[in-house]
Amino acid sequence: MVMFWVSLLAISILLYVLLDGVDLGVGLLFGLTNGEARRSEMLSAVAPIWDGNETWLVVTAVILWGAFPLVYANLLPAFYLPLIVMLLGLILRGVAFEFRYKTQRLRWIWDVSFAGGSLIATFIQGLTVGALVEGLQFTNGEYSGGAVGWLTPFAVLCGIGLCLGYALLGACWLVRKCEAEVRDVARRQIPVLAVGVLAFLVLVFAYALAEHLPILHRWIDRPYLFVFPAIGAVAAIVLALSILNHNDYWPFYMVALIFMSAFGTLALSFWPYMIPSVITVDQAAAPQSSLTFMFWGCGVVVFPLMLLYTVISYSVFRGKVRETAGHH
Amino acid sequence: MDMTALLLSRIQFAFTITFHIIFPSFTIGLAAWLTVLEALCLATGRPVYRVIFEFWLKIFGVAFGLGVVSGIVMAFQFGTNWSVLSKMSGPIQGPLLMYETFTAFMLEASFFGVLIFGRSRVPPWFYLFSTAMVALGTTFSAFWIMVNNSWMQVPSGYVMENGAFVPNDWTKILFNSVVWSRFPHMLLASYLTGAFCVAATGAWYVLRKEYHAEARIMLRMGLGLAAVLMPIQLLFGHLVGGYVNTYQPSKMAAIEGRWNDEKPGSEVLFAWPDVKNRRNLFAITLPPPFGSLIDSDSLTAGEKGLNSIPPENWPPVVIPFFSFRIMVGCGLVMLGLAWLGSYLSYKHRLAYNRPLLWLTFLSFPLPFIAIITGWFTAEVGRQPWVVYGVLRTADAMTPFLTAREATISLAIFCSVYAFIFLFGTFYIYRLIRIGPVRKLIEAPHLAVPNRPMSLADEAPIQEPSHVGAGE
Repeated sequence: MVMFWVSLLAISILLYVLLDGVDLGVGLLFGLTNGEARRSEMLSAVAPIWDGNETWLVVTAVILWGAFPLVYANLLPAFYLPLIVMLLGLILRGVAFEFRYKTQRLRWIWDVSFAGGSLIATFIQGLTVGALVEGLQFTNGEYSGGAVGWLTPFAVLCGIGLCLGYALLGACWLVRKCEAEVRDVARRQIPVLAVGVLAFLVLVFAYALAEHLPILHRWIDRPYLFVFPAIGAVAAIVLALSILNHNDYWPFYMVALIFMSAFGTLALSFWPYMIPSVITVDQAAAPQSSLTFMFWGCGVVVFPLMLLYTVISYSVFRGKVRETAGHH
Repeated sequence: MDMTALLLSRIQFAFTITFHIIFPSFTIGLAAWLTVLEALCLATGRPVYRVIFEFWLKIFGVAFGLGVVSGIVMAFQFGTNWSVLSKMSGPIQGPLLMYETFTAFMLEASFFGVLIFGRSRVPPWFYLFSTAMVALGTTFSAFWIMVNNSWMQVPSGYVMENGAFVPNDWTKILFNSVVWSRFPHMLLASYLTGAFCVAATGAWYVLRKEYHAEARIMLRMGLGLAAVLMPIQLLFGHLVGGYVNTYQPSKMAAIEGRWNDEKPGSEVLFAWPDVKNRRNLFAITLPPPFGSLIDSDSLTAGEKGLNSIPPENWPPVVIPFFSFRIMVGCGLVMLGLAWLGSYLSYKHRLAYNRPLLWLTFLSFPLPFIAIITGWFTAEVGRQPWVVYGVLRTADAMTPFLTAREATISLAIFCSVYAFIFLFGTFYIYRLIRIGPVRKLIEAPHLAVPNRPMSLADEAPIQEPSHVGAGE
């Protein structure tokens, strides 16, 4: 039962990163884009799906609370300020989808909040993961790192890295969903961003080596983990080829594969801990009566339905955006 | 424990949840109304329903967006500020909120996209289905929130193990009289909110002599629905009072401004509770047994007063006392408006009764005020407990949260919420002022195809200056 909920948690986080990563990334690139026509085409590429994408963040939060209350109750207050700033970033970018079309004179406010909110939210998500990898200060199973215990150079580096990563994901989505100028600009951005992501990964690895991060031991214990970077490397090669061939569809899936391999690496290096070297999966798990109650309803029945809704909504809005233009 | 941080955290929770509830209480009702309109449009083929649908869909879009983004905050705030509560009650509240997210949010979010952007991409039946799914999602969401909050009001179905609430009987948690009187109470409140906002908009257009056909439908449907639902709502309100009387004597005594045990009880209609001297000033009181009759449905029942409850277990008496009276007052005014308006509308005299039209137009804040003050009664009345009788609010806060962090977070919440609220309400106001757009609307499939709808005899069509995402 615990394994089931760990898996569901992992799937939800992964789906969140892949799906909301797309529209956060589009938000980042939106900030670099001029011209109303291009901007509104970029928005159209994510407008029907962003709300569903973001819901996976709430799904992640409630799985944590329901199935692993100890982790929920420890991590959220440890990241108090960054989490709240991230939520406000998500709020500002979320309302921008509706609000920017309600005004012309003040549209710039919502464009700034869309790009800025996306940047803040992405940076903080990267920061959080970085701080977790590096390790937070705990005393007797309770967070004791203070108000800014998460603020380290490594965490900041991870924040920047995730911005590059989401932007890459967003660019690939634009190539897939858009045509003409928006697609061509995005295609030119992909190599730059991809090289940036690669440089970031090298830096992270070098830092981890230099600082002897405890998470590295997992790699020595579990050499099979190297299969993930290998998958990532293959995906990067296919990505490069598909860009050279001007293919609209492959880049997105390849970058998604790179994200999955990075995520798999990270998740398996954490195992069996949820908060590295402090709280394990089994310690964090909710009592059996809670897990069972959630399993038969949410787990077996509703989770597949949620995936179904997601598939329905993506298939209703499949294809290039141009063909569907005209809802604004 | 930092007492300033505690106070700030309580203010922050109260502020963010009050802000949040404004939008769901509006959109739950509106989603149901949109479903009815879309179904009517498909069934009758009358384009006027489509015009009204498209108009309210735009407003729904803005309000729904504000509800979504302010709701995400709530999923995190239990953990950030109330980590002791989340640790202890996680095994019960966590699964309940998980059910909410799983059954409601994903349904709403996915089909909301279809609603706003998918009209041209899906067949009419699927569009109606999507509308109904959004409405169903909002209803599910309300249900799980009411289960969750009802458990905090009257905890049941659990045992304490290692300092945590461990569920041992989910049927008791889900199916009890508390949930099943409070959930309909909230749902009806949302429908009434939708009904009054629709009726007020209709009244405004009639006063401005615009959008005659749409305005009449909005007025008639809004007031008619309210006229039917309002008495049912009062009944459920009374049932909710029943659970408070049974399980939460301290809240009941505060609401009633009752200091001494009485058998049978009297009923304070209005007063100024003087907490320090434990008495009521300027009291207007109905003699016994009215208090027992209202609180316990009995002519002889004894009613508990605050004096027989230790003061450290009292809620802040003044807040539930007044918020309850404001809620009931709003409800009674709404009942009068709905009945009178529906009667005049039935007699075809409403359109000429300008004072009543003005009152209807100005009535739209009433349901919001009633919902907010109703929640104040429930939540402030539960104090000093976060889980009634078991866990105190003061013991539930994150132990290492400092006043400085709480100040910063509260300040940014206030500024960002004020910012988006001002713009959001302004945009909704402007959408309503511009009114329904009658062009570019093709007749539904059941109607004669390819015939542009007639635009005769009405005021010139106003093109909105900036078209929105709902177009």
